[in-house]
Amino acid sequence: MTIYSPGKGWPMIKFDAVHKRFPNGTTAVDNLSLEMPEGGITVLVGSSGCGKTTTLRMINRMVDPTSGTIRVAGRDILEADAAELRRGIGYVIQQSGLFPHRTVLDNIATVPLLLGWGRKKARARASELLETVGLTAGAGRRYPHQLSGGQQQRVGVARALAADPPVLLMDEPFGAVDPVVRTQLQDELLRLQRELSKTIVFVTHDIDEAVRLGDRIAVFRTGGHLVQCAPPAELLARPADGFVADFLGAERGLKLLSLTTLADVPQRRATTVRAGEKPAPQAGWQLVTSAEGRPLGWLDPATAAMSGTGGTAGEAALVPVRPLSDGDSLLSALNESVASPSGLVARVDAEGVLTGVTSREEIHDRAGTAHATATRPASRAADEAPASHAALQRRTA
Amino acid sequence: MTVEWAWISDHASDLATLTVSHLQAALTAVALGLLISLPLAVVAHRIRPLRGLLLGLSNVLFTIPSIAIFVLLLPVTGLTRTTTVVGLTVYTLVVLLRNTVEGLDAVPVKVREAARAMGTRPLRTLLTVELPLALPVIMAGVRIATVMSISLVSVATYIGDGGLGQLFTDGFQRNFPTPVITGVVLTLLLALVADALLVAVQYVLTPWTRKRGA
Repeated sequence: MTIYSPGKGWPMIKFDAVHKRFPNGTTAVDNLSLEMPEGGITVLVGSSGCGKTTTLRMINRMVDPTSGTIRVAGRDILEADAAELRRGIGYVIQQSGLFPHRTVLDNIATVPLLLGWGRKKARARASELLETVGLTAGAGRRYPHQLSGGQQQRVGVARALAADPPVLLMDEPFGAVDPVVRTQLQDELLRLQRELSKTIVFVTHDIDEAVRLGDRIAVFRTGGHLVQCAPPAELLARPADGFVADFLGAERGLKLLSLTTLADVPQRRATTVRAGEKPAPQAGWQLVTSAEGRPLGWLDPATAAMSGTGGTAGEAALVPVRPLSDGDSLLSALNESVASPSGLVARVDAEGVLTGVTSREEIHDRAGTAHATATRPASRAADEAPASHAALQRRTA
Repeated sequence: MTVEWAWISDHASDLATLTVSHLQAALTAVALGLLISLPLAVVAHRIRPLRGLLLGLSNVLFTIPSIAIFVLLLPVTGLTRTTTVVGLTVYTLVVLLRNTVEGLDAVPVKVREAARAMGTRPLRTLLTVELPLALPVIMAGVRIATVMSISLVSVATYIGDGGLGQLFTDGFQRNFPTPVITGVVLTLLLALVADALLVAVQYVLTPWTRKRGA
């Protein structure tokens, strides 16, 4: 099935009063109406058995609804041929689900081959995608079991992208890899998404992953009820009810800070000393920088005071510094301001050269206003839920 | 018991004919067995209630004594090569059917799901995903069936066939051990060579199972 773009921001996938009851009598999805905008990442979250995976699998007809309609690009998918529909929708499965008997390249070429591109063209496209997902050409000749878990997931993503489908379904794709690799894969996905602008539906039970990736997050409750669907900031600031608030966890406020960047926070000149120079005695902490101006570490006042004995700043024992750039989150800044002995956060430009410092207080102030802005109900939300807002203020107090 | 080498060299061309005939009977049986058990195994694998029935039936057939099966077939197919081949085929079914069903069972659910989710239709999934992945287990069955058939061909001597088995009756009747020993050695060699060839075939067909540095 060819899927025609409805235009960015318009609903690409639309659930309308969808129910799914399995033959054993369990209700997996209960009266779901939900829109997933084109070019955005919609994350479905909830504990196991909440119907999020069933919802995902209904989009490519791996599961058919008991009642209700699902439209992809305006077309009722029950009218489409299931196999053809699936070729037009990329699918990244849990633990990759790669074909163990096919080389990585042939795995990626699966859908193009089904679409009749011919082996040569399909393989050429597959090689191109290897690079897109950050794998070497050599990896293409290997078999899946010869790759690490993280590499297998990359192949899974490449395979889903092979025929350039406008819609991508991802079912807990990064669930089986370790946290470090998971973060890398999430970053890669966001990078890819900036280039490709697919309509992505992503299932996870990890709320941090949802906040990190989602343009919109749909929270499901056991029994297949959609409780709330909102952008991450709105969800964190104004959870619809106690269930959502509990699901978001006790560090909801901090998670909200992870969505705001450091860009608007003012900075001022730092007291610095070059690594090759002798430090002047100072009352406060000084930032030691390299000749190019990159922060190296903090020099404490006691060490600076003893500088009369000779020795340059670079030779002294420094307290490590983790400089932040404008793109870093307020949460990282808050963390660094707590960890930094001076209470100051070193700010750098894209090249890593020091631009200034920001104090703990300034970051705290910004965090407070960011939280207040987010939690202030939009005019639309204000008239529909004044009571819940009052409840929220009680919780945040 | 001494072997008369002269007898062997005198009968070299007869021995070659018997060996070829022996191998032909065994291989035809395995090929037919595969042809029958592959579709049956797919049915048994897909339709749960039929699985017990089909596997049970192949077990029952296996318990019929080999001589009895040839005798039972005589009124239908007579004293022909067909009787030999049909009899042997019946025996191959038990291993081939069971191994193919188990091979198909062993295909990971995730892989089958992935094929479906990519838009592969059921027949193509069977031919390009499930059967290739079941191949190592199927090949294990083919190896057993082949070796078993090669050793069983001799029994068909009772109905006037039997390939190298004819050497046994000949030797016994004349109380002359050379043909018997020659027959045993040739049958053994045939089984060993056939098995080694099948191992090689499997190696070529299943490159993904080979160990290579990751």
